[in-house]
Amino acid sequence: MAASAATSKERQFLAVIGDEDSVTGLLLAGVGHVTEPPDSQRNFLVVDSKTETSEIERAFQNFTQERKDIAVLLINQHLAERIRHSVDKFADPFPAVLEIPSKDHPYDPEKDSVLKRVRRLFGE
Amino acid sequence: MSGAVGREAVFPTRQSLGLMKNKLKGAEIGHSLLKRKSEALTKRFRDITRRIDEAKQKMGRVMQIAAFSLAEVTYAVGGDIGYQIQESAKQARFRVRAKQENVSGVLLPTFESYTQEGVNDFGLTGLGKGGQQIQRCRETYARAVETLVELASLQTAFLILDEVIKVVNRRVNAIEHVIIPRTENTIKYINSELDELDREEFYRLKKVSGKKQRDVAAADAEILAARQKAAEEQAANPKSPAATAVPIQEEDTVDVLGEQEDNDVIF
Repeated sequence: MAASAATSKERQFLAVIGDEDSVTGLLLAGVGHVTEPPDSQRNFLVVDSKTETSEIERAFQNFTQERKDIAVLLINQHLAERIRHSVDKFADPFPAVLEIPSKDHPYDPEKDSVLKRVRRLFGE
Repeated sequence: MSGAVGREAVFPTRQSLGLMKNKLKGAEIGHSLLKRKSEALTKRFRDITRRIDEAKQKMGRVMQIAAFSLAEVTYAVGGDIGYQIQESAKQARFRVRAKQENVSGVLLPTFESYTQEGVNDFGLTGLGKGGQQIQRCRETYARAVETLVELASLQTAFLILDEVIKVVNRRVNAIEHVIIPRTENTIKYINSELDELDREEFYRLKKVSGKKQRDVAAADAEILAARQKAAEEQAANPKSPAATAVPIQEEDTVDVLGEQEDNDVIF
């Protein structure tokens, strides 16, 4: 618990994996961040119809495991559905993985990993 | 059930009985404290779960509004601004700060959003047309992201609490179903062994005292017989009054300091 308390202080960015509209909107809100030049990394990934699932997977691992400065990872629900296995497996408190609806895919509470756990806990 | 739990490997002594009794008392106190902790956490947990449910619904609505305002922007600007925005994003304006909250000994992080002042990557976006829509869209999305951050902290708290409650419940059950029965078993075992020892000791003492009584009785009988015999002898032979009395033999004490010369004195 002490270790996570120390690391949670450094986590100050939000990361986004989403389709173009979601990313654009969230970037307009000001969440976008690019790290310093030597190994500049963006904290967002735009996914279109041509993007491979493995790339989403890689970005997800990068944001959740490798980068230590991300507090919240926002991912479109239909993209989370494509890497459902990884999302379900990821259970650490940091970063918080949040499934958000996108323009073309309305929000379905039944598919959300966390809500599924909530429902299971209450036996519904 | 108590047979399955077994007992601890201790020697049945009074000392270990005392130890076990203390241990039982400690386990009972610990059990009640942990139980209370688990209840407090569960209460908090249910509260958070309810709020997550609400927040998720709210998020759905807010994101819908935000998406609509983005559509407005696209219409007003008259083209796709996505690429431009992605390229001009450099520094995060909207950041979060983690704070911690203490719920019965469990540290729950809560995210708090704040805006980094003086950072504006999109100063030129929508300069030509649609600036107003873009401004509105930014505000809408900022509000949406605030909702998302709130939801994220709830969700993190949910995950941590879930884990902690599992651990606490496991401890409660371990104490209730393993440690307490086992300690009780041990106490029972020690008590029975001690009782057994007590009975043995009692039997031994009884045996010893019985033997002693027998010996005493035998000695008494002997003395009595001797006295009787003496009395009979006295009755038969009254002339010698001190027949039984032991004649006192006055030993001649040698006067060491006297006039006699010592034989072994050399000088």
